[in-house]
Amino acid sequence: MNQKGIGWNGKTLKQMLEESERLIIETNRYYGIDKLSLKEQDPFRYERAYASLRGALVSARETALHVAASPIVKEIGELCFALYTPEGDSIVVSTGILVHVHTMSEAIKFMIREEYEDDPGINPGDIFLNNDPECGNVHTTDVQTIIPIFWKDELIGWAGGVTHQIDTGGITAGHDLIAAVQRFDDGVYYTCRKIGSNDKIWKDHMISARRSVRTPMYWELDEKCRLAGNLMIRDAVLKFIEIEGIDYYRRFIREAIEEGRRILLKRVKERLIPGRYRAASFIDGPFKNEAWQPIAKMDKLNNQPIEVIVKEDGGLSISFDGASGPGQNAFNCGKGAMEGGQWVLLTQVLIYGDKVNDGAYFAVEKNYPLKTWANPGDPYLSYQAPWGNLIPAYTGMMKCISYGLFSRGYREEVVPGYGFTGDAIQGGGIYISGPLKGQRWALSTFEISGQGLGASAVRDGLDWGYAMWNPEADLGDVETWELFQGGIPYLSRRVKPNTAGHGKYRGGANYEGVAMVAFSEKVEFFGGREGLVFHGCGGMHGGYPHGTGYRLYAKNTNMEEIIKNQKEYPLGDPDPKNGEFEKLIKGDIVRKCQNLIFPINLKNYDLIHYSLSGGPGYGDPLERKLENVKKDLEDGIYTQDFVYKIYGVVANFNEKTEEWTIDVEATKKRREEIRKEREEKSMTFEEFWEHERKKIVEDKLHEAVKRMYSESIQLSKKWGKEFLEFWKLPEDYKMEVE
Amino acid sequence: MVQHDKKTLVRMLEGDLSWDELKLIISGRKDPNRFDVILEILQEKVPWKEKILLPLHEHLYVVNKNGKRIVKCDCGHEFGDYHQNWKTKCRIRVRDTQEDINELYPHCMGSDPEWMELREYYCPECFTLLDTESVPPGYPVIFNFLPDIDAFYEKWLGRKAPDRE
Repeated sequence: MNQKGIGWNGKTLKQMLEESERLIIETNRYYGIDKLSLKEQDPFRYERAYASLRGALVSARETALHVAASPIVKEIGELCFALYTPEGDSIVVSTGILVHVHTMSEAIKFMIREEYEDDPGINPGDIFLNNDPECGNVHTTDVQTIIPIFWKDELIGWAGGVTHQIDTGGITAGHDLIAAVQRFDDGVYYTCRKIGSNDKIWKDHMISARRSVRTPMYWELDEKCRLAGNLMIRDAVLKFIEIEGIDYYRRFIREAIEEGRRILLKRVKERLIPGRYRAASFIDGPFKNEAWQPIAKMDKLNNQPIEVIVKEDGGLSISFDGASGPGQNAFNCGKGAMEGGQWVLLTQVLIYGDKVNDGAYFAVEKNYPLKTWANPGDPYLSYQAPWGNLIPAYTGMMKCISYGLFSRGYREEVVPGYGFTGDAIQGGGIYISGPLKGQRWALSTFEISGQGLGASAVRDGLDWGYAMWNPEADLGDVETWELFQGGIPYLSRRVKPNTAGHGKYRGGANYEGVAMVAFSEKVEFFGGREGLVFHGCGGMHGGYPHGTGYRLYAKNTNMEEIIKNQKEYPLGDPDPKNGEFEKLIKGDIVRKCQNLIFPINLKNYDLIHYSLSGGPGYGDPLERKLENVKKDLEDGIYTQDFVYKIYGVVANFNEKTEEWTIDVEATKKRREEIRKEREEKSMTFEEFWEHERKKIVEDKLHEAVKRMYSESIQLSKKWGKEFLEFWKLPEDYKMEVE
Repeated sequence: MVQHDKKTLVRMLEGDLSWDELKLIISGRKDPNRFDVILEILQEKVPWKEKILLPLHEHLYVVNKNGKRIVKCDCGHEFGDYHQNWKTKCRIRVRDTQEDINELYPHCMGSDPEWMELREYYCPECFTLLDTESVPPGYPVIFNFLPDIDAFYEKWLGRKAPDRE
């Protein structure tokens, strides 16, 4: 065991971490920092220092992705970098997939707590790799490279970079493996492993890694990308110290994080209202008839209740108390992933700007209850697609914050939620012709980075342009996706009608696509997003949730003949009741209202359809301006029948001029009719209470719903008590589930 | 200090700002007097006299009436004590059949009513749709927001709430 630690003044990293944690608890300030003395004494120097480090990180990211990177990283920037304190707290971050800034923080702390300093040792030039969600990651597909930064013989920080892989060698090809139901299905695990020294990745690691995944070339390119970026950051930090001095650096990193903490508190006081906020989201897991493995054959519905307390001092407390249990499925979410999700959303709704670091993390009290989907505490579960829980769950935080923003008058900042970055059509196959004959391709399109954003209280939501985990969302180019998924070329992309959540301001809309299997054999395909439930916590102030996903594909088609004869083929599924697939092709057409499917085999000329998600709406649809409804019709966002039923707008289309006109008088009448319908078809709260309670006491609930209530009641006394009290059920009431 | 003139904010509330105008407000620094200006605009807009303490919703406000803080709709309907969930004073429509859900969503693009229903909360007087809830059958009504009005005025704004002055 080392006698002298590699931390500051001979301390071990563990001692430094313990001291840091003690100071936060004792003083409620980062590292006990009372005064931002550097900032106060010479603000220009302080800001210049921050900007120089921030610039170095952004530059490292932009340069590294051009040095070497897989298409997914290069095309839409699925990477980010951050600089950390010796204890693992982020000081400065690059742009990119910022959800990982705090996950890497957890990984560094894992290594410190596990005393890596003694074994395997932490030395200048060492390289560590992590993708284990149980110690600081979202899912195994996100791979982190972390290097220590030394000044003389002291460790003064860490540089970390993360990229999203196309494939990590899991049970099936792809990046969010629906078929993974335990850790052993998740693909290759690197649990904070040392993989190099003297700035060089060890040969034995690279040989092993290349043989562990289906896309070895892209794995290697991304390893080089992350290391290149980290080395650039290290150089920049050492240069910074040469210019500013080590004493300045040491004080600066503490003050920068404390300033980040204070910025959050100040922003909360500036934008919100103290009080208690609540929302609830859900995700369906129809695994009973879908899963292959006997242990996984169970329908699950996950309860994702959130409570946000805005305190008088500007602090936030976020709790998922009442969350239901984890399961034998890929959606389990480690604590690190929950913290990453919370952090990345706060950077978007409250603390956007340059001074983004773990200070914001320290300003928030968090409760991810143990043994729930939000913190299972069991490393042997699958953590392959925790996004299945994380993405819908955090719509609740956005909605809660939006209530505060609204009341404070900042209506332009309101966002009740966002679309699920799901329906990532996934899978893979082997080329049987062309220059890549015999090689594997993996289907992992990152078009999913372009989902619909929720409406604000003053405008419509953003169409096809938002991903909760990457503030720089970009759906990329078809041509780039076809570079690495050439076995399934696109036949179409076009706007899908009726995806946007209805409202006075509608949610963002989205599009659909059709792709065809070609040039391949041994093709497997799967996908998943919400299908039986609406995504997230729905609309706000009378707005509706956006449309759900569903599944559509066709096997054994006559596409070969259609192509040969140059006949019409389906370009989408604008009206699922009257589908183009059924009209234009022959074959075995499968439609399912659930979106999630386990992998199926496909052959050349088989078709798959996918649709991206809209965003939730805001306000009563009857208040939507007629000119906006007209534009929706012109742009194909909504169809005539739904505009009539929901917005009460009577519109006519002139086939000759191809123009829409609104009949204002008829619309006025129709809107009055809808108000009357509302009166006729609604009930009092007392009637509603009886109506709903019967569903529980007369055992009319679906098995998945009962299981959800049963788990939440068992896992949280508080949530269970409120549930039972609301429905006036006895304290010992139990839901009978298998 | 950033300030947006009242006319601009009125236009924003009406949804009349162009994207170029709105983007400046979104991406710029925030105007610290926004709460007071919005309150003034809303007070002028509502057809009743009670002083608004806090805008709670597009159509609902916390006001003081006869010494009690209540939730009031802009149509004049009163929902009672703001500590109670105003949704429990609404008229409610529950869409818990596939037919009812498919009035709003195309086939397969709405929820399965066995897994999730859609609730609509209307003002009992003007029948404005005040909220929707997409929750599994049997889920308790969610109480979304309970503001701490006195802490807000006294601790954050440094003055008493208008009804406590």
